[in-house]
Amino acid sequence: MALLDVFDVSGSAMAAQSVRLNTTASNLANAQSVAPNPQDTYRAQHPIFAEQLAATSMDESPAPAGGVRVVDLVESEAPLNLRYEPHHPYADDEGYVAYPNVSVVEEMSNMISASRSFQLNVEVMNTARTLAESVLSLGK
Amino acid sequence: MNTISFENALGPHAHALQLRAERTEVLARNIANADTPGFLARDVDFRAELSRQLESSPASGSADRGLATSNTAHLSLKSAETPVMNALKYRVPLMPSFDGNTVDVQTEQAEFAENNLQFQASLRFLDGKFKGLLRAIKGE
Repeated sequence: MALLDVFDVSGSAMAAQSVRLNTTASNLANAQSVAPNPQDTYRAQHPIFAEQLAATSMDESPAPAGGVRVVDLVESEAPLNLRYEPHHPYADDEGYVAYPNVSVVEEMSNMISASRSFQLNVEVMNTARTLAESVLSLGK
Repeated sequence: MNTISFENALGPHAHALQLRAERTEVLARNIANADTPGFLARDVDFRAELSRQLESSPASGSADRGLATSNTAHLSLKSAETPVMNALKYRVPLMPSFDGNTVDVQTEQAEFAENNLQFQASLRFLDGKFKGLLRAIKGE
């Protein structure tokens, strides 16, 4: 039934947005983490979303499709943030320390966008529930 | 048309309700994929779909238009078609975004709210029909 599929669609979107929120939290938490070796320094992570594709029409029981799935988590390729801190224990020969390539501004806007999308999907799910409930009370 | 059937008594409202429910899912899908790169927003052509469903319903008196099958391995037309989902149309974007996504969350939200109201209107009509039938049965 179409109304009940809304729960799957919105639910998958909520799951995907919470993955996005999780990566944002992880990026912000590690924004100042340094490692002895610049190769091991934390790099900003971002999820990649894709649409869930429908099963073929020949399939007798097509899976509820159209939701969102997280295909991959990619690390940012942006250059690391070098800071001149000659007295830092992890400083290189020239006195630079490699800080993660996390852009705090970008992460904050990502966080707002993710939480808005999450709320919107909660709203959609609530509406679908109301509609389904009113169908149940048909004829009373 | 002298047979008594629910199909005749309920008029177009049952079809409209079903179509509204399916449109709810399509719009929920658009909203869920608001952040998916390359996703194209879709919608139901309501007028065309409803008239198509009314034409193909048994109440209209038209003959069964299914394909004739001469072999058990032939696919019947009924199981192969998922009517509404195959007849979706793409929305024309107002402001296409950089990642190829054509979902405009505000538009989708407005359509969703409108669809929600119309669903409830169809439900109200259907409810009235059932109440009328019930009154006729009781002979009050």
